[in-house]
Amino acid sequence: MQFFQSVLLRLSTTFVTLLGVAVIVFFVIRVVPGNPIAMMLPPGATESDVTRLTALYGLDKSIPEQFLIWISGVIQGDFGTSITTKQPVLQLVLNRLPATLELSVMALIIAIILGGLMALTGTRLRGTKTEAAIDVTNGMALSVPDFLWGLILILTFGVLLPIFHISGRVTPSLQLPFTTNFYLTEAVLRLRFDLWLDIAAHMFMPALALAIPLAAIIGQLLKQSLKETMHLDYVTLARTKGYSETHVILHEALPNAILPTLTLVGVQFTFLIGGTVIIERLFSYEGLGNMAIDAVINRDLPLIQGIVILFAVIFTGFNLLVDLTYAALNPRLRHA
Amino acid sequence: MSDIYPAKLYQIDNLRLSLADMTQKPLIGAAPRLEILKGLSFDIPKGEILGIVGGSGSGKSTLGRALVRLLEPSSGTIKFDGQDITHLPETVLRPLRRRFQMIFQDPMSSLNPRHRVGQIIAAPLKLHGISNPKQCALEALDHVGLPRKFAARYPHELSGGQRQRIGIARAIALKPEFILADEIVSGLDVSSQAQVLNLLETLVKDLGLTLAFISHDLSVIRRLCTRILVLHQGQIVENAATAELFANPQAAYTRELLDSIPLPDPNQIWT
Repeated sequence: MQFFQSVLLRLSTTFVTLLGVAVIVFFVIRVVPGNPIAMMLPPGATESDVTRLTALYGLDKSIPEQFLIWISGVIQGDFGTSITTKQPVLQLVLNRLPATLELSVMALIIAIILGGLMALTGTRLRGTKTEAAIDVTNGMALSVPDFLWGLILILTFGVLLPIFHISGRVTPSLQLPFTTNFYLTEAVLRLRFDLWLDIAAHMFMPALALAIPLAAIIGQLLKQSLKETMHLDYVTLARTKGYSETHVILHEALPNAILPTLTLVGVQFTFLIGGTVIIERLFSYEGLGNMAIDAVINRDLPLIQGIVILFAVIFTGFNLLVDLTYAALNPRLRHA
Repeated sequence: MSDIYPAKLYQIDNLRLSLADMTQKPLIGAAPRLEILKGLSFDIPKGEILGIVGGSGSGKSTLGRALVRLLEPSSGTIKFDGQDITHLPETVLRPLRRRFQMIFQDPMSSLNPRHRVGQIIAAPLKLHGISNPKQCALEALDHVGLPRKFAARYPHELSGGQRQRIGIARAIALKPEFILADEIVSGLDVSSQAQVLNLLETLVKDLGLTLAFISHDLSVIRRLCTRILVLHQGQIVENAATAELFANPQAAYTRELLDSIPLPDPNQIWT
């Protein structure tokens, strides 16, 4: 009962957050310079053309009035129409969302594998030169931002050694039998591993660029927790029982050391989704982030609003999910 | 000469052990070595309960860890049952490890919080290929006087004394010849201490164990041990039978330790 109440409370604060985001994005993009009408009209358009088009899009009304019209539409699930493409914003955004989600999840998986391997190898070989090398690699991975990794990857594995595709989501000449936009997932479900390979080869580099800094954070934290756990008596005791060092790390230390890392992954995943904006642009990947940059360039106000709201929904929704998972896993939080 | 003495389980000769002193490590280059054990020589005959006492920093825990080869000595020899184990590599040591077990000071941190008691006791048995590990684990619980239903519990559901008994059960389940107990009662209240000490005494007799008992508390040592080794700054200052040591301490440091045992004062007034 108490759990249910706290869920309700948490949900209502989520709605307040989303409303705040809506207000801020709506007013900010109207205050900054740039006029969508001016972007649409050809040079030499008359004053009356401008006035007519402004009225058509409702941009002649006062800003609070525009906000009320927009927000009442949003509540009914109508996010307006994109100024540049003349398509419903909701449909545009939802079409792109799967691409970004697949990219983020792939990046997260790569980050967990890389970070986990670094932490486990570093712990297994602690005190050796290899551990020092891992620490240095970790520091480097951490201090270079994701978009720079993107550029480095493009230059090395796209240009010098053309192994992976450097742009797009799939080779354009391929026939796609998909009904949803979750290409990578659907390729597996339809057992089209030829397509899966092509899509994965397109996604690998942007996902890796996103994953490297996160892998470094995961590797660092997990290694630190493992180090602390390795000093505990039950780990030493497992050694006196005659277990191998690898067994001791994997079975005694890791399960107890992994919790702080899981917490971190939950928080970092939302940052990773934010990172997709620049990375998608860099790799011409047809996701939400790329669309967001186009929308800003074209001053496509309804589309910008729609994308920002969707990002906010993903962020708050994911945080809500993380909080609820903790509450469910940790009895102390549940009754707090 | 050696014929009249019982067989020796451990023979330690001129044991030295130094560790890198990380507090003095220069920015570049190796840390200086700090000698913890400065040439110890003694034997542990089979069936003996050897008390190892000394103040903090005297090297008693380091000595214990060298005996069960958690640490590798710098020089000297440790012979276990006639076999030189001083510098054996870990892989050769692993099958031997069953024969010398260790019980730790902190019963909470020595039990993996994610494993059930039954699993904690039985897992090492499987590793060493002992048949029917579950049954053995239950018998080990019987030995330490805990009900068999405790096998399904997690460490945090037990009291300190009960956890320490699990630590003992885990050690004896492997049917070792030697057990090292490092300060195992110092975290317990007096009545739990007495119970654990009684239990250890019984087990040593029943199972024919040899025991090394590390403590800073001479009254606990006196109660349990047949022989006492007094360590001070990495050296043995006295090695004598318990009664002899208490009746006639030879070294100045031993007398100092004996004087520090609090005696009940009949004139004390409760305020």
